[in-house]
This record gives sequence, C-alpha cells and structure tokens, in this order.
Amino acid sequence: MSGLSAVYRKELSDNFSSFRFVILFALIAMVSFIISYMAGVSLKENLEGVAKPKFVFLMLFSAKGALFSLVEFVAVFGPLIGLVLGFDAINGERGHGTLVKLVSQPIYRDAVINGKFLAGATTIAILVVSIVLVISGFGLALVGVVPGVEEILRLAIYVGISIFYISFWLGLSILFSIAFRSVATSFLASVALWIFLSFFVSLGASVLANSIVPIEKREGADPEAVMANAQIKEGVSLLSPMFLYSSATATLMDPMRKTTKSLVLLGPMEQISSSRFQNPLSLGQSLVVIYPHLAALIALSLICFAASYWIFMMQEIRT
Amino acid sequence: MESQAIIQTTGLTKRYDHQTAVDHLDFQVLEGEIFGFLGPNGAGKTTTLLMLLGLSRPTEGSASVCGLDPERKAMEVKKLVGYLPENVGFYGDMDAVQSLRYIADLNRIPVSEAEDRIHQVLRLVGLAENGVKKVSAFSRGMKQRLGIAEVLLKDPKVMFLDEPTLGLDPDGATRLIGLIHSLNQERKITVLLSSHHLQQVQKISHRVGIMIKGKMVAEGTIDALAREKFGLGEEKFTLEEIYMKYFQEV
Repeated sequence: MSGLSAVYRKELSDNFSSFRFVILFALIAMVSFIISYMAGVSLKENLEGVAKPKFVFLMLFSAKGALFSLVEFVAVFGPLIGLVLGFDAINGERGHGTLVKLVSQPIYRDAVINGKFLAGATTIAILVVSIVLVISGFGLALVGVVPGVEEILRLAIYVGISIFYISFWLGLSILFSIAFRSVATSFLASVALWIFLSFFVSLGASVLANSIVPIEKREGADPEAVMANAQIKEGVSLLSPMFLYSSATATLMDPMRKTTKSLVLLGPMEQISSSRFQNPLSLGQSLVVIYPHLAALIALSLICFAASYWIFMMQEIRT
Repeated sequence: MESQAIIQTTGLTKRYDHQTAVDHLDFQVLEGEIFGFLGPNGAGKTTTLLMLLGLSRPTEGSASVCGLDPERKAMEVKKLVGYLPENVGFYGDMDAVQSLRYIADLNRIPVSEAEDRIHQVLRLVGLAENGVKKVSAFSRGMKQRLGIAEVLLKDPKVMFLDEPTLGLDPDGATRLIGLIHSLNQERKITVLLSSHHLQQVQKISHRVGIMIKGKMVAEGTIDALAREKFGLGEEKFTLEEIYMKYFQEV
C-alpha cells in the first residue's frame, strides 16, 4: 500500500502529541479511577461474609457501583472518543489546504483515509487497553481477587469488541468529515447522530412498541401481548449500535446471563429447570448468544467505512 | 532549439453540471522550458493542472505528461511531477524539517537519504536557518519557498506552480521568480507557471499560453504573440499589453 504507512505514522504521532489526546487521556484516567474505586468498594461490601461467587473479577467491570459500570460507561461515552478523533480528519486537511498537496504526492488516495482510520483505531486500542489494565490493577489491590483464565479471555474479547465499537464511531465521524466541508458541521452531525442512535432509537422503540401492541395493565396482562411488545422494542433497538454493544458486552461479561434478551417467556418446567441449574455459561456459549449482535455491529461498521471510501474516491479534490 | 513536448493535451475538456471549466484545450509544454500559464481567475487553469496530475478526470479528450496518460498512470505521473497548489497549506504544528520529512516519507525516500536531501533543498530555497521554526510562524513568502522545497524534494522533472507569487510583496515575488528561474536553468526542471505577475513572468518564461474561459486563446513566445496582435514593428510590447489585448477581444 503506497503511502499508507507514512500517513499512518504521521497521524498516530499527531494523535498522541495533540492537545485533544491529553484531554481525552485525562478524562479516561479519571473515569477508570472512579469506576475501579466505586466497583471495588461496592464489591467489597457486597461480598463481605458471602461464599465467593464465580467470576468476581469480571464484576469489577460489569457491576454497577454508586453510578455506573465500565461496560455501561463505554457504551454511552465511548462513541465520543471515536467522534473526537475523527470529526475533522478530512475537512480539517481541506481547510488547511494540505489535502490537495497530500493527494498530489505519489500515494493512493485511499491511503489517506485508511491511514487516518488505522491511526485512530490504534489510539482507541491503546486507550481501551489502558483503562482495562488500570481498573484490573486497582481491582486487584482493592478486592484482592485474582482473575482466572476464562475471565482474562472474556476480558480480552470485551476489549476487542469495545475497540471495534468505538472504531465504528470513528469511521462514522470520518465519513462526516468527508461529506461536510465545515469542521463544525461535521462535528455537530456526528454528535447528533450519536444522540439519535444511542438515546432516541431506544426511546422510539418503546413508543413504537406501545403504540402497536399496547399493554394496558401492569399485572395480569396477556403474555402474548407482552411478548410481542418486547419483540418490537428489541427489533427496533437493534438499529442502535449502543444497544448492540451493550447487550453483547453485558452478556459476555456476566456468564450468569444466558440471553441478551431482557424479557423471556418461560413455561413452568423451564422455570424449574432454570432455577435448578444455576450454572454460568461457558465462554463458547456466551459467544454463540451474542454472535448476532457482533455480526450486526461489524456489518454496520463495514457499511459506514465503505460509504466513506466511496464518497472520498469519487470526490473532486481542489483545495 | 528543437525540444520535445513534455506535456501535451488534445481536446482536453472538463464539464461540471452547468458549466464547462475547460473547453477542448490543446497546448503543449516543451521539455526544459518555463511555460507562463496565464489567464484571469476562473479561466480553468487549476482544473487543467488537476487533470494533468490525474487528480481530476477529464470529461473528454486526453493529456500526456512525460509520455504518460495521467488518467491511467496517475501514480507514475505524480512521481515525476511536483505540484505546488494555489494557497498551499502546511501543518502548523510542524517545523519546516518535519514537514519535509513527511513529504519524503510519502515519496518513500529512504530515511538515510532523506535528511541530506531535506537540508539540501532548504539551502536551495534559502530557508536553511529556519529548519526548526514552526511553519505557523512563517511569513507568506517563506511558506511559498517551503512549498517549493517540498516539491523539489522528490526531484521532479516537471513543476506545476499554481499562483506561487499570489499575495507576496514585490521583493518576495521577485526573489521567488528568481528561484524558479535558477531551478529551471541549473536543474533543468520544466516549469508550468501560472501567475498574475506578468512582468515577472515575462522575464523568465520562454513561452506563454493565455487561457480565457476554458480556451487557450494564444500560445507561443512573447515576441510571436506580439507580432500576431500588433503586427511587425520595431517597438517592444510588454506581456501586459499583449494580455490585455487578448483579454479585451474575448
């Protein structure tokens, strides 16, 4: 790939030397300290005098402390990291008059966006890995539980999915930086889409579900209607990357969760069997459960990247 | 002096939705010359340069640069041609050496070779003392010279300079034109120079082309154009007078 490595190296060093990164890093450091402290303290209290449950270490990441868990935090605010890293990728260069100079060098045009995307993804990877390591370290000191092999594997997969999820938002903001000439517009557009996909879609999902299959009474409602309502809600929510990500990672990080669904209809026999066999899912089975979510998330990212690729290759670069 | 054409266009046309930016353009630039590429703003000069670089696709017609078709062999053309865009920009937080290092990296100049070449081109454009100064602190003239240094770094056969003297003070413009002249003389680089400083262009260019509304209305040596417009005479016409004459006729 001609020019890709040059663009990648330059963008990566830009990412690390920019003021933006310092701010991000301060934010991340703060968040990981708070989360590990909250989770550590609440775990310590809850586990006092209780036989040690399985997978205590994972609870550091998935247990709600006073405010939120890491899994929730990344689901909601992780996208912002991606957006901040990418919103001025192309139109910033255009504004500085460096884009035409860049593409008039003997490099392929796609090396510019590929290099920028990969540099951003690398930065994201470093950020996510360092948060997880900080929390692990603090957790070890505070709770004093050593992770098992499966917990480490689950954590590694979690890190992978998170990098992918945040990179999706990076790709999206790069797409907007190609489509819009003004840096302010592309930032606003990415933030608007983030708010829409993360918050409004889930809100809209319940509104839609309730209008199609209304459930009047809380108690004794028709189970079929409740189920249909839940299915519609879930179906619409699948459009939201945040929903995909948080269902997938919540299931992955809590082996006791056996489904990504929030509502499951159980017959009496199934209820007995599920209460009798309270064993965690194996890692492989957890992955099978979240596979559709992962596939959807990957598909969304690919579509988004393909779109930016296509627009950028077709675009006339004059300035 | 019998020279080969290094750039040749035949019927080169670029149409946008509502207007024709470049209209069946035929012209050639000879190897080793400075070609003054003149015309009012919006005449289609930049569009032509972009098509010659393979950055923009012609609607019709074809071009040849160093014997290559820029539409198909854009990579090869971009290796041979250095392009200084109008209002070239720089990464403000880099210093001159860092900017040049990035360009060297993009041109895949080996690191061992790059440092020597960077200092060589900085000396050549007269920025040797400003190597570690941030580009954002450069004056406009210095930026243009740094732009030329970036172009020179890849050791081009042809340079496209789009309005390099725009916004420079008279002294800066004269020095820049002098630099272009010496590069052409000493390094044998063919120069396609677009500029509104007609006096300066007249001093150094071998031939000029006047482009108005997407068409090349005149092409040739300044003397030949003067003869064509004003007839045979003893008196010398300036490029400015010739240009205005063409401009009024269109």
